Amino acid sequence: MANKVIVEININGDPVELLCEPRQSLLEVLRDVLELTGSKEGCLTGDCGACTVVIDGRPVCSCLMLGVEAAGKNVATVEGLASGMSLHVLQQKFLEHASLQCGICTPGVLMSAKALLDRNPNPTEAEIRYALAGNLCRCTGYDKIVRAVTDAAAALAGRTHPAHGTVPSETASGMAGEMLAKGEAK
Amino acid sequence: MASDQSREFKIIGTRPIRPDGVEKVTGRARYGADYALPGMLHGKVLRSPYAHARIKSIDVERARRLPGVKAIVTGADFPEVKGVMAQVGELIVNTHYLSLNVMAREKALYDGHAVAAVAAVSKHVAEEALELIEVDYEPLPPVMTAEEAMRPDAPVLLDELRTRLMAHRTDPGSPEGPDRPSNVPGHIRFERGDLAAGFAAADFVVEREFTTAAVHQGYIEPQNALAVYGADGHLTIYCSTQGAFNVRTLTASVLAIPEGGIRVVPAEIGGGFGGKTTIYLEPVAALLSKISGRPVKMVMNRAEVLRATGPTSGIKARVKIGAKRDGKITAAEVWLAYEAGAFPGSPFAPGAMCTLAPYAIENLRIDSFDVVVNRPKVAAYRAPGSPASAFACECVLDELAEQCRIDPVEFRMRNAAHEGTPMPAGPPFKKIGFAETLEAVRRSAHYRTPLGGPYRGRGVASGFWFNGGLQSSATVNIHSDGSVSVVTGSVDIGGTRAAQAMIVAEALGVAVEDVRPVVGDTDSIGHTDVTGGSRTALATGMAVLEAAQDAIAQLTVRAAKLWDKKPNEVKFDGGVFRSLADDGQMITLRQLAGRLARTGGPVVGRATVNAGAVGAVGNAFATVCVDVEVDPDTGKVRILQATIAQDVGRALHPDYVEGQLQGAVAQGVGWALNEEYFYDQKGALRNFGLLDYRMPTCLDLPMIGTILVEVPNPNHPLGVRGVGEVGIVPPMAAVANAIYHAVGVRMFELPMSPSRLLRRMLENRRMAVEEQASAAG
Repeated sequence: MANKVIVEININGDPVELLCEPRQSLLEVLRDVLELTGSKEGCLTGDCGACTVVIDGRPVCSCLMLGVEAAGKNVATVEGLASGMSLHVLQQKFLEHASLQCGICTPGVLMSAKALLDRNPNPTEAEIRYALAGNLCRCTGYDKIVRAVTDAAAALAGRTHPAHGTVPSETASGMAGEMLAKGEAK
Repeated sequence: MASDQSREFKIIGTRPIRPDGVEKVTGRARYGADYALPGMLHGKVLRSPYAHARIKSIDVERARRLPGVKAIVTGADFPEVKGVMAQVGELIVNTHYLSLNVMAREKALYDGHAVAAVAAVSKHVAEEALELIEVDYEPLPPVMTAEEAMRPDAPVLLDELRTRLMAHRTDPGSPEGPDRPSNVPGHIRFERGDLAAGFAAADFVVEREFTTAAVHQGYIEPQNALAVYGADGHLTIYCSTQGAFNVRTLTASVLAIPEGGIRVVPAEIGGGFGGKTTIYLEPVAALLSKISGRPVKMVMNRAEVLRATGPTSGIKARVKIGAKRDGKITAAEVWLAYEAGAFPGSPFAPGAMCTLAPYAIENLRIDSFDVVVNRPKVAAYRAPGSPASAFACECVLDELAEQCRIDPVEFRMRNAAHEGTPMPAGPPFKKIGFAETLEAVRRSAHYRTPLGGPYRGRGVASGFWFNGGLQSSATVNIHSDGSVSVVTGSVDIGGTRAAQAMIVAEALGVAVEDVRPVVGDTDSIGHTDVTGGSRTALATGMAVLEAAQDAIAQLTVRAAKLWDKKPNEVKFDGGVFRSLADDGQMITLRQLAGRLARTGGPVVGRATVNAGAVGAVGNAFATVCVDVEVDPDTGKVRILQATIAQDVGRALHPDYVEGQLQGAVAQGVGWALNEEYFYDQKGALRNFGLLDYRMPTCLDLPMIGTILVEVPNPNHPLGVRGVGEVGIVPPMAAVANAIYHAVGVRMFELPMSPSRLLRRMLENRRMAVEEQASAAG
């Protein structure tokens, strides 16, 4: 049975050393080994996005990655989105806009939205929809989610030093926007 | 309409932040799969790869020897359960078939049917053990559609079934036809007037046949259950369910143990839409726990959800409707067949009761059939039965409106049901707001703005759903600092805690932030039926209001005691108790709460309600307008704009009411355009993942406009009707009608996927070319 390996991951800004089986997904490691159950399992095939975490600035389905593959990386989960008693502006806007009903997709949607705003602080509605297209929500019809992300971007723009959590954002230049522009030019 | 009536309220109609919101945006809310207990085992289910097969033997010995395996169960471990028709919430459940669905016995009846289960030290070990279980199957020919199953020579699924004619939804029925096995256990008929005379009086008659695909509720959280059997024989179940009391009743019946021996603790629930009103894993986890002596947690994966949990019925429909040139409908004849899955119990009766319910029709006949097929047993899905039958009739109405050259909204208006109009099943409507939804759409900026551009079209359709009554309990606790907690048995699936807190705050005259709503388990609150049937804000809201009023009555006695007066000499208004005498005595609720110990002890308001049978309260209507653009090269349909007008009675928290309407339209769009099951020739499901079972994404939808029409429900103290379901009824026909107006093709089959629509468009073009050629020749 001695087939577990030691993995070091930076999770929500904290260095974490953990023991996991090589076959365990990152999602399983987060939920079952570290008891960070905020990331949800909806499909285990990368289709629903409920398990989305942000790794080095990119949204990733944690069900599609092995825990051992996350070694040495910076992983941000929904548990690290708020700082202390202050909710992240996305969390606040989701509450104000009633953007969740059952709430099971919310952690993943929030993390995808965070990754979007970190690389594109002023997204269009189409860019928001593109960035969230990997997160299925069956309750809301997405309307109030898109409004909350739009409003969060506006609120962030009004600040001098946006509080973006602990994971450094990637400086990628709006890949989603470029692809959309092509699609719309059709 | 709304504003004048809502002025009497301070809190109802406002949009406070939901009390469970912070937990849900920070990842702290505990859903079923998030629960863990010390020493917990993990259970997995072995499922039949055959759609129809006799189970000759099951050998579990190799699996049992795998290190880490602690318990195995098969059908032989479950008690035989006699068939009792139990009304469980809005469902009518045959407990015998429920038991067979939980674990197969002699026969596996669909791809994914549970045949054995293992509990082991990890889910990986449990999965390995499943592969070591040897099942000897004798495959039988599968029957996959209602049409096939109704043929006289069709293979029979369940030998004991006979066709029974029912007079109403809960009627056990009487035998119909010869005494031989049948795949059609139920037939219901509603009839009035003179069909032949009605059709003879028509200027136009349209007759069409429709097929709709079975679709899944598509909740993002798979089913789960954590069961702990104590050495004292007491069973505790933690699970995501729409109704903890339902789970208790159904699990007790499948395990043949007393309900009182089970406590069900409802976790937060990640969507249900009706699909979590029944049980799958709960009794299995319970037996595995009993055998192993340890807590057993079971969580389905997505493939299991799609293969084995209830979709809603695919149906076959034949509709014939006649109308006069002025748009007046003269007669309607509707034939419906609902696929129930492997066991009886499709929503064939509500399907018959809802279709054409929005219209006053004198000459009417509706036949509807319950048909078993080798597919998973259907479960409730948002307005069960109504969307599919409405799709058929609302498409025919659009054709008639076109033939009469009448605007489709006006056409519906001319036939609209009002207070006193009999429903298809007979009883008359009370005060309803159907015509108001039509008027709201007609006046909307959406409808008044013409839609331009090629391959674009606009469609309209309407729908009806009963909304539930049923039983609810609530307690309201007044704390010494003036804060309040309200306990109900209603699981919060979409913001109902907020609605309950608002009702209590309104009644007590306190701030909504001072009211903490709590969802109780089956030992801590009185019986409460499912969060379903659009009944939670409606019926539990009624219980919550009455419990708050009970607390006020008790507090009034305390205030009177303080002032040495009689209770009827004290008046409560806006959070303040006042003496009716001219002595200026007054005390706020908060102040009085601090004096409860000295005036007789704590105050707990309580109320229980039976808000009546499903359909007796709160009838709801919706009208949807959709603009589409069709890609002429691919047949892909894009939704450009969507607006829904729904009679909500009274919007308690408008944000969450709008959310229900928007979510319902989104599900309707998926049903209309993409969602379907692909079964192969052997009856095995091929699209058991969310990539191929294609639900709408953020990119597939526009913003969804909502118009909250408020025609107060006369049967509810706050005018609430319930809002969760009816919005899913109109979208499929609205989209189909829009497609017709975009590209001139009438679609008779759901989903209207790109391949289906393209095929029909190409046929149309070919026919047009041939006509041109023959005209030229």
